[in-house]
Amino acid sequence: MKVEMRVWRQDGPDAQGKFESYPVEVVEAMSFLEALDVINEQLVEQGQEPIVFEHDCREGICGSCGAMVNGRAHGPGDRSTLCQVHMRQFKDGDVIYVEPWRAGAFPVLKDLMVDRSSFDRIIQAGGYISVRTGSAPDGNAIPIGKAVSDEAMSAAECIGCGACVAACPNASASLFTSAKISHLSLLPQGDPERSRVLEMVKVMDDEGFGSCTNHGECSSVCPKGIDLRYIGRMNRELLRQLVHPSKGQLA
Amino acid sequence: MILDSQEPTGPIETRWERHRQSIRVVNPANKRKYTVIVVGTGLAGASASATFAQLGYNVKAFSFHDSPRRAHSIAAQGGINAAKNYQNDGDSVWRLFYDTVKGGDYRARESNVYRLAQVSVDIIDQCVAQGVPFAREYGGYLANRSFGGALVSRTFYARGQTGQQLLLGAYQALSEQIGKGKVTMYSRREMLDVALIDGHAKGIIVRNLLTGAIERYAADAVVLATGGYGNVFYLSTNAKASNVTATYRAYRRGAGFANPCFTQIHPTCIPVKGDYQSKLTLMSESLRNDGRVWVPKNKDETRDPSSIPEADRDYYLERIYPTFGNLVPRDVASRAAKKMCDAGFGVGSSGYGVYLDFKDAINRLGEKNIADKYGNLFEMYERITGDSPYKKPMMIYPASHYTMGGLWVDYNLMTTIPGLFAIGEANFSDHGANRLGASALMQGLADGYFVIPYTIGHYLASQTGGFSDTSHASFGDTEADVKAKIEKMLSINGKRTATSFHREVGKIIWDKCGMARDKAGLEEALGRIPAIREEFWSNLCVPGTGSSLNQELERAGRVSDFIDFSEMMVRDALTRDESCGAHFREEHQTPDGEARRDDENYSHGAVWEFTGDGNAPKRNIEPLKFEYVPLTQRSYA
Ligand SMILES: Cc1cc2nc3c(=O)[nH]c(=O)nc-3n(C[C@H](O)[C@H](O)[C@H](O)COP(=O)(O)OP(=O)(O)OC[C@H]3O[C@@H](n4cnc5c(N)ncnc54)[C@H](O)[C@@H]3O)c2cc1C
Ligand code: FES
Repeated sequence: MKVEMRVWRQDGPDAQGKFESYPVEVVEAMSFLEALDVINEQLVEQGQEPIVFEHDCREGICGSCGAMVNGRAHGPGDRSTLCQVHMRQFKDGDVIYVEPWRAGAFPVLKDLMVDRSSFDRIIQAGGYISVRTGSAPDGNAIPIGKAVSDEAMSAAECIGCGACVAACPNASASLFTSAKISHLSLLPQGDPERSRVLEMVKVMDDEGFGSCTNHGECSSVCPKGIDLRYIGRMNRELLRQLVHPSKGQLA
Repeated sequence: MILDSQEPTGPIETRWERHRQSIRVVNPANKRKYTVIVVGTGLAGASASATFAQLGYNVKAFSFHDSPRRAHSIAAQGGINAAKNYQNDGDSVWRLFYDTVKGGDYRARESNVYRLAQVSVDIIDQCVAQGVPFAREYGGYLANRSFGGALVSRTFYARGQTGQQLLLGAYQALSEQIGKGKVTMYSRREMLDVALIDGHAKGIIVRNLLTGAIERYAADAVVLATGGYGNVFYLSTNAKASNVTATYRAYRRGAGFANPCFTQIHPTCIPVKGDYQSKLTLMSESLRNDGRVWVPKNKDETRDPSSIPEADRDYYLERIYPTFGNLVPRDVASRAAKKMCDAGFGVGSSGYGVYLDFKDAINRLGEKNIADKYGNLFEMYERITGDSPYKKPMMIYPASHYTMGGLWVDYNLMTTIPGLFAIGEANFSDHGANRLGASALMQGLADGYFVIPYTIGHYLASQTGGFSDTSHASFGDTEADVKAKIEKMLSINGKRTATSFHREVGKIIWDKCGMARDKAGLEEALGRIPAIREEFWSNLCVPGTGSSLNQELERAGRVSDFIDFSEMMVRDALTRDESCGAHFREEHQTPDGEARRDDENYSHGAVWEFTGDGNAPKRNIEPLKFEYVPLTQRSYA
């Protein structure tokens, strides 16, 4: 089958971008990124610069890939990353628009590649448990109920792709930040440093992410299905720190 | 090349402890005078960087990824081993040690493997304390599963995302140190060479992938944690960016490269669909616990698999290996699939696939039970292929998965270049000729958290510290080499893409130096690689410039190293005239098709030494002694 990809091409952060059209012959079993590969190989053979896009694992776990496809973060498909989209999800003759994440805190670097280092700085502000290597007690010293542990794991599944920010009308990073805060504050090991929420939320704001107004777009495009309830948990953590700053060593 | 393993002697149980007491240490107040470069922030590199910084060293960490939260490590699904014996099923440090030496088919150093088993227990404690949400039982204690044919249940896991959770744990520990200013993180930087001063590694040359600038960084020691080279086959289960450049270029500067032909092929991956295929996806090995592997008895079978009657199916693993059946080890299962397909019984569009059928398990246990166990994997399979394994047998075929070979290191994890260390999949140390399931994560974290933080001190204490002179001539010369290579690739203006060369060389290596090898095939490969290299350097096309973001240029550099490296790999396979573990030479097999080792002549690590472009590399050996695990022939019949 044949489709037409209209891909956003932008030379650099300050350059003007525009859509370029690439008609391409594909087969249903091809992944979306493989269809981009086909276009790219043809471009290179013609001596033209290929479309820049990020990818690594190509199985939905590293969080490298991502683009708006026909206006939806990561394209069609439920709970999937762009690399998990296949051409059988399109039909012959389709015109497909492909654009980078658009958010002030994720500047475009080139074509579909954006700078997501703001996520790293949120984690550096407190998204960890301080434990010196070698000083840990036996792994079974602190039993943790299965339900709590499972809930922490569900929050920890975030792959840091940034689709939540791209989908949000306010470009908020609340789902991302709350997932890490929830993961760590649910666990007894994370309890002493629960004031991390103050620092992490501050950095989130400083980086230029918008605020959450409960649209829920983030969760609906999240490849890992990170739930909105974690944003509620983050807000409770924040309130708790503001009301009882003594709870938590860092405060 | 001198290969002094620095291995301690005496009782194996206390070797590591005695070694730590005997090596030099850097006084705590002096640690801040030393800077360590760590290249790679996967499991091994992130854990090492964080720990170095906690100890007080200054760290410069590098990764070509956009963030240290990403690395190939993130894709590991199954789990991580540790000799905790939480299941009370008789596991012990000794048993894990024994299983690993035997599983590696007696081609690893006993002292290293024993240390690995010892520190495995500390890894779990460390990760739990960091908040890694390992699976738990209802009582709140840690759960285990048995994995990869082990007789005890010693594998810890976090749903199907163990690698992700362990990497995020290490990434968070690293982020803490970045936030505190003890680690400077250089993301989107690709290391392209090591700078040596008086024979010691004192820095690296990197390309800034965003600006194209070639940058110099100096330090008192350099640690490579750059992962494995499984993508030499082009198609593999490795992340697309994984490559051999860092270790290969270190080899060109004098680091010995050990056992490059030891590569592991995983039996259960989704088969290749077409020429456009960019990578292969692993389906967890656990599927073989309930799935039955078969091919049609009739070569010209055209019926839909579900309507092929029992009498026309060949459950070949159950037939050939009645004791282990579908649960034979990875290498055995992989080779059997290849044999059936080579003989014309394969299924799928390419003829290179076999069925993995859950019909009997669904009939026996019910669809609900099977969904509880394998639901995620079935969904993943359906997403990729469009077929539901509940209704139709899966199709699988082996794929390149892990590389046991790597830079040779001594007991301190130092390569043959003083001051240059290698950890994680980048080194060759612990898995011998075959790695057991759930042992790579263990080794990466053992190296990074618990071994190198001690052993690097022994080297650093012999150095004055504070080296920072990037204006030294050696940096200039090394940088000139790097630049010349880039310029050359950009100036060819030929017709072919880097990927097309990668596919071509990958296919040769897969066919001739993959699951099974023989002399004639290896010699043929060795004859064909130089022509590919020659065409690469005369007909490559890389659009764009070197002074900006250029992914095609990045690719071309990596492919050029894969081409050169593949030659060394084939040479290694050719000169190791025995079968062992995953290295299967057709000429050397037992009557039941098992690898037949030749301990008299090949009980050693083969370590390749660069002797200049156009010259054959030199093969050195490190003899191995087995004082604790008696050498026996593996048999699964
Ligand atoms: C699909 C799959 C499943 C697996 N499942 C398991 C499992 O269940 N259990 C298990 O134990 N093992 C498993 N493994 C193996 C295991 O995941 C790897 O061996 C291990 O994670 C390697 O870790 P590492 O830190 O050595 O390297 P990597 O994670 O590969 O990290 C390499 C790092 O080096 C950087 N780098 C490389 N070259 C350069 C350069 N030139 N310049 C700058 N930076 C560079 C990269 O950016 C990256 O940060 C699996 C492997 C695969 C493919
Ligand atoms: S490439 Fe890793 S999530 Fe898509």
